[in-house]
Amino acid sequence: MLYLNIIIAGLLTGLVYGLMALGLSVIFGVIRVVNFAHGEMMVMAMYAVYLANTFTGIDPLLLLPLVALALFGFGYALQRLLINRYITRPEHEQFLLLLAVATIITASLLMGFGPDARNVQLGYAYDSFQIGALLLDKVRVFAAAGAAAGTAALWAFFRFTRTGKAIRACADNHFAAQVVGLDVKRLYAVTFGLGAACVGAAGCLMLLLVDVQPYISTDYTLLAFIIVILGGLGSMPGALLGGVIVGVSEAVSGFVIEPSFKSAFSFGLLILVLLVRPQGLLGRA
Amino acid sequence: MTYRITRREFGLGAAAGGAVLAAPGIIGSAHAANKPIKIGSLLPRSGYEGIIGQGCQRAVDLAKRMLPEMGYAIEVVDADTESKPEVARTQAEKLISEGVDILVGAFDSGQTFSIAQVAEQRGVPFVINIGSDPAITEQGYKFIFRNFPTSVMLGTNGLARFNDLFAATHTSPKTAVLMIVNDTFGQTMLKGINALMPKANLPFHIVETISYDPQAKDLSIEVAKAKAAKADIHMVVTRLNDAILMVREMVKQRYEPMGIISPGSPGMYQTQFMKVLGKYADYAITNIPWIDPKQSFAHTFQATWDKAYPGEVCTLDAGFTFEGFLIIGDAYKRAGSAKPQAMVEALKATNIKDRIMIGGPITFNEKGQNVNLPSGVLQIQHGKPTVVLPEQYSEAKPVFPVPGWSKRA
Amino acid sequence: MRGAGPVALSPRTALALAGFVAIMVVLPFIANDYIVSVLVVVLFSAYFGQSWNIITGFTGQLSLGHALYVGLGAYTSAALFVHFDLSPWLGMPAGMAVAAIAGSLIAALSFRFRVGGVYFALLTIAFSEFVRILFDHFKWVGATEGLFLPVANLAHDDPLHLRGSPTMFYYFLLALTLGVLGLSHLLLNRRVGYYWQAIREDEEAAQALGIDVFRCKVMAMALSAALTALGGGFLAFYDNNLYPDTAFSLGRSIEIITAPIIGGLGTLFGPILGAFLLTSLGETMTNLTSGWEIAGLKQWFYGAALLLIVALLPSGIWPWLRRVIGLEESGR
Repeated sequence: MLYLNIIIAGLLTGLVYGLMALGLSVIFGVIRVVNFAHGEMMVMAMYAVYLANTFTGIDPLLLLPLVALALFGFGYALQRLLINRYITRPEHEQFLLLLAVATIITASLLMGFGPDARNVQLGYAYDSFQIGALLLDKVRVFAAAGAAAGTAALWAFFRFTRTGKAIRACADNHFAAQVVGLDVKRLYAVTFGLGAACVGAAGCLMLLLVDVQPYISTDYTLLAFIIVILGGLGSMPGALLGGVIVGVSEAVSGFVIEPSFKSAFSFGLLILVLLVRPQGLLGRA
Repeated sequence: MTYRITRREFGLGAAAGGAVLAAPGIIGSAHAANKPIKIGSLLPRSGYEGIIGQGCQRAVDLAKRMLPEMGYAIEVVDADTESKPEVARTQAEKLISEGVDILVGAFDSGQTFSIAQVAEQRGVPFVINIGSDPAITEQGYKFIFRNFPTSVMLGTNGLARFNDLFAATHTSPKTAVLMIVNDTFGQTMLKGINALMPKANLPFHIVETISYDPQAKDLSIEVAKAKAAKADIHMVVTRLNDAILMVREMVKQRYEPMGIISPGSPGMYQTQFMKVLGKYADYAITNIPWIDPKQSFAHTFQATWDKAYPGEVCTLDAGFTFEGFLIIGDAYKRAGSAKPQAMVEALKATNIKDRIMIGGPITFNEKGQNVNLPSGVLQIQHGKPTVVLPEQYSEAKPVFPVPGWSKRA
Repeated sequence: MRGAGPVALSPRTALALAGFVAIMVVLPFIANDYIVSVLVVVLFSAYFGQSWNIITGFTGQLSLGHALYVGLGAYTSAALFVHFDLSPWLGMPAGMAVAAIAGSLIAALSFRFRVGGVYFALLTIAFSEFVRILFDHFKWVGATEGLFLPVANLAHDDPLHLRGSPTMFYYFLLALTLGVLGLSHLLLNRRVGYYWQAIREDEEAAQALGIDVFRCKVMAMALSAALTALGGGFLAFYDNNLYPDTAFSLGRSIEIITAPIIGGLGTLFGPILGAFLLTSLGETMTNLTSGWEIAGLKQWFYGAALLLIVALLPSGIWPWLRRVIGLEESGR
């Protein structure tokens, strides 16, 4: 029963990881830009939520649409103004550009908020749902629900809206998309914005689970890449699946082996996937 | 620089001398002590240890104000190690080339070690105010002095207090689960604890040791494991953020041991801990050196701190940081000269009774280590860290076993 | 990743280089210890950068986990010294061998499975982090407690055991940096160097021409790893304390690659120029912001400077500089 508790906790956390990775999957899958500032964008969102919650007292779950929108704008602008020129440039230039952006973001947050860890004080922070012998952390359940909702919304966007289909067309065949007359530059900007919005939503939810500090961003960037590669590039369910796998495996390996080995397990998984099945579990070859 | 005393000044001086000698701590020093000693202060004020570094910096700022008023002629140059040993090294070199007479710092063991090498190489004295790695005073250095317990000392003194706690509360727990952060500090403490447990005559034995990643943002697994061990007490070696995470998880998972006790680690007495956890921070116990509530100079210091930084807990970090400067000021007064050899001799002879931390006078052994740094039992009561044992320093009685989470006011 | 083609050094470039070396040799006699210690940092950065340049700049395979080799070199030589009293001059080559094996393994695995580009970069990060966590639990070398080298009497230099003043290390590092510079120049003008650059420019074409792409890439990686590990060995004896978190850190990997990219990836002098520029930038920042006490200000300027350089001079500063000061004709 103890194992079940742990696995479910891992699963719930994994869904939030999945939403975060989803943003990266969208960006990387469509635009092929190595977004090394992914974690930093999420941390920005987390601070935004923290500020809004501190001043207005509104629950992060309700702030989510606003924050997602704000991050959309940021991502759109970033892509349009800065990143667009680098899409065809070599990887190390993209990397360095986004590293510079990431450094500036982290430094700005450090200057603005200081190095202390911040979090939101929720009324229900210490509550749990009790189902028989299962003890489910209320906050985790809400966060996971939010992640699932966000993912569903994104999926619906790509499936049913015209812009969504246009973006998928770009991803499938950049050249043909242009031939057909799609405004690729604008679509790329929208895509980056969407990826950023995902990450923003994930940030709202993540703040429910962890405290925010300027330096946690790199870990999350790495985690996002691990999940995306695990689940498969360009596959949305893949990102969720990858997130859940990482969440559960971290939980179980931490419990069975030793907690300080948790991240080693994730990296080992990444190595395995890259060597054995680089397109990921659900990715297209 | 020579100072020729005129007859008039001699007369005035004799009169003043009488008054001066009567004042505590001031030994006749009619020459050269007018010129302040230049102290290079190294702390991690940015980087991942920035929070602690900035906390210590507050104590440094107090020292800059209070010590000259008390008659110690000091001048402080601040430097930031950025939480990196290479930067610590170059900053130490920089301070020395700017003409500082003595160095003080640096909180982190790795950075402190780098600075110690520079200091020893250049023949500049270095007073360590915080830094617990035992290896630093085992290198045979002649210019290094440490007024902070090594992690071994912390472990020994910390474990010794367990029996005092049980005796005072008439309890006798049989089992303990130990959660330790997997970094330098945690691992040296663990080694110390494992070595000391057989000799410490404690009524409990450790049934499980759970080691976790210091960067962990989520400790639900670890706490679940601890809860499953069903031990009487929950022993911990943590840092600040993980302490907060851990207690939160314990509340969520409804894990209620007799108490949470640390044999000597940071976290469960820092401002953030109480601020974030509110009522759930109460009754956490840490065995650690602390500001002496019964000492008058410590009182003055505490009062000045509270006025300057309301709402900020005056922790042992602040206390030891301040004491570092006190030691230098005192040594300079006795040495009369800022020259390295003179300072080293004066530092070796240090014997300060009016201090801030609990324990006897500040002295150094032949390795430059102060071995007279006992731990007190510190318990959070009503949101405030309170010394509850040993009785000679205590402000209140210990509460153990502690009330359950749901029963907190 | 554009670098200039293979050439001999023009007379003007050779003269400039000689002048530079002369200044560097004389510097410790006229500068104070602080400057020397800063220059040691610069030289380490230049050396690591140049070693990394071999796999990424010349051969075009982006490695983002090079701290792995620094750590392996450092820990191997340090552990052998601490536990077996083995001289660093034997311990460091051992470290180089360990790193070369690790590098070859990573390269072989990756390239056998056709992992390239960004995926390869991520793989290098994964390996580096994995080993870091492994070392966190490796009790024989201290695990998270750290490995401390016994620091003997520092009054005089002991080159045989690498115990001594920053000035001694300065000269060693200078020799190393010039050595790796010379080695790079040599290799670039040999067949293997041509092969590497061909692979960088167009791997498929190189393969079609009959170049054993796999072997060349693994060799580049092994060499780069071994050289990096040598620097790691010196670092261990300079710092005298090692922790997995600093030795193998991702931050270090990123530090290693920043200087060469800023200076000019794939060029001969880029990494060295980049190292000098970045360290001076860092120290200037520290001095400028020291009165302001705002945590993060220095990093902000650093990031902004990085952004500017990437936006305005993406091939690095050296290609632009040599054009400006007229070394272009055949210089590197």
